[in-house]
Amino acid sequence: MITLLGVGAAAALGAVARYVLDQYVQYLRPGAFPRGTWLINITGSFVLGLAVGLAARHGLPEQVLTIVGAGFCGAYTTFSTFSYELVRLCERGRAGTSLLYGASSLAAGLAAVVAGFAVGTL
Amino acid sequence: MHGRVLAAVALGGLLGGTARYGLALAFPTPAGSFPLTTFAVNVSGAFLLALLLVYLVEVRQRAGYARPFAAVGFLGSYTTYSTWMFDTDRLLGGGDHTLALLNVLGSLLAGLAATVLGLAVGRRVTARPGGPHRFRSRFRRMP
Repeated sequence: MITLLGVGAAAALGAVARYVLDQYVQYLRPGAFPRGTWLINITGSFVLGLAVGLAARHGLPEQVLTIVGAGFCGAYTTFSTFSYELVRLCERGRAGTSLLYGASSLAAGLAAVVAGFAVGTL
Repeated sequence: MHGRVLAAVALGGLLGGTARYGLALAFPTPAGSFPLTTFAVNVSGAFLLALLLVYLVEVRQRAGYARPFAAVGFLGSYTTYSTWMFDTDRLLGGGDHTLALLNVLGSLLAGLAATVLGLAVGRRVTARPGGPHRFRSRFRRMP
């Protein structure tokens, strides 16, 4: 029950962090490429890898891992917006940007999980 | 930045994140197998977001709390990118390259198809005579 409440609270925090960071990035660097979501998904993947690494090597409690991983990282990062942006870029005739966005998100996202885990198990 | 908008994002995020976690608890997928629950959550969320944004962005075009609450908060938090990447890495680490590839490409393609379908369904519905406002206008005409 405490874990469920913790996941909910962490998810609320993750959603607000995503919204604020996305607005800020769009304000700083407006453009067709969705830099905000890109940055959010990559940093969130890093933090999830880091938390799993800390749990595996340094005894981060299972409950904390669930709250940070499923709650915060799960809500902070987003798949639905990612997919929406990919399709909308294509619709607006920016297939190249869409392809670059998709490929770089996947490559950097996987690399971020690996890097986070490596840092967490140091 | 308006406090009420942030509160709408937070409330949506709380509900969306809890819904995803609840589904993960109800339908756990064993380690080393295809993460079907996350897949289903992400694909269904992609469909619903596209459907919702047709109405909020293309039809209504009005700032309110629906977008921060339902789109940014709920569906943004309901779907997840980090778990998708993490599961893929774990499948790769377990030596199951086929499942890892299936998880990356399967989710990506199903998600894109769900988004395209959501946009198409949303546009079809809102393009009908009277559009999405027909219920409201009927309501207004009442004495």
